[in-house]
Amino acid sequence: MIAGVPTEFTPPGPDSFDLPPIIDGVDWFTKPVLVSALTVVVIVWFYWAASRKSAIVPSRLQFAGELGYNFVRNSMARDAIGSAEYMKYVPYLCGLFYFILLNNVAATIPLVQFPTFSHIGWAYVAAIMTWVIYNAVGIKKHGLWGYFKHQTMPPGVPGWLLPLMIPIEFISNILVRPISLSLRLFANMFAGHILLLVFVLGGEYLVFETGNIALAGVGVVTWLMGLAIAGLELFVQCIQAYIFVVLTAQYIGSAIAEDH
Amino acid sequence: MTALDITGNIAVLGYGLAAIGPGVGVGLIFAAVINGTARQPEAQSKLQSIAWIGFGVTEVLAIIGIALAFVFRS
Repeated sequence: MIAGVPTEFTPPGPDSFDLPPIIDGVDWFTKPVLVSALTVVVIVWFYWAASRKSAIVPSRLQFAGELGYNFVRNSMARDAIGSAEYMKYVPYLCGLFYFILLNNVAATIPLVQFPTFSHIGWAYVAAIMTWVIYNAVGIKKHGLWGYFKHQTMPPGVPGWLLPLMIPIEFISNILVRPISLSLRLFANMFAGHILLLVFVLGGEYLVFETGNIALAGVGVVTWLMGLAIAGLELFVQCIQAYIFVVLTAQYIGSAIAEDH
Repeated sequence: MTALDITGNIAVLGYGLAAIGPGVGVGLIFAAVINGTARQPEAQSKLQSIAWIGFGVTEVLAIIGIALAFVFRS
């Protein structure tokens, strides 16, 4: 937009998420790719450094690492999967949680400010991994036929209801779960980012493009509102990472649960 | 006085309608948590972790709405 010339306000849309590649000519290397690679480096470094010199009296770093690990292990994995078999899944859940958390929170960090998971492909991959894992462990535990019986026939349902229950349970437990898991994460990040864009770009338009002092005042209020929305978004980003991993643990737990 | 010219997409109105139900649902979940915590403060952490799962499951209805609003945009 050229300053001084009143221009039409173009609201942000899905096009705002198509970022140019960082290096010209390398089309796949965009900001989300860089950010997610950096978060992997940070997570690996943090847990490596925290566990390198483990001692009975922990250093500060080790204490922080144990705090982060214990949070996933105790409040997500053990509660949802059960104390008999949960340790197998803790590495996946822990890695997944901190990967999603850091990628989400990156949307609030200045200069990054782009949620990786607002591109749906990332969310699809995370959800498909979860889907493959919980189905695989369920089939391994109950056998193929036993697993489908376990997932589609809730105990205590009268026989004449089964023709109705089996399709519903199959759709909700096998087909819809990965879709809802990925859509929830994607849409929260997408909607949050677009909301921020609306407030910030709208404020910018009102302050600089309209040339009207009253509207400029409104624009400043819009920016303050955007700041408040950013705070809300930080909360939503943490909650979404938590929900994704808690549901993953829940799905694994329900897949390997014994029939009652 | 000219007629007000509203442009845009009706799918957004549909999303607004679709968000009513999940909004009420999420409100009910946290109302129940507040009630439960008031009656039994020591159960708070347990109630909260259940509430977040319920919140996630309810919220996905609104999320499906926003996805469909973009799908049926054209």
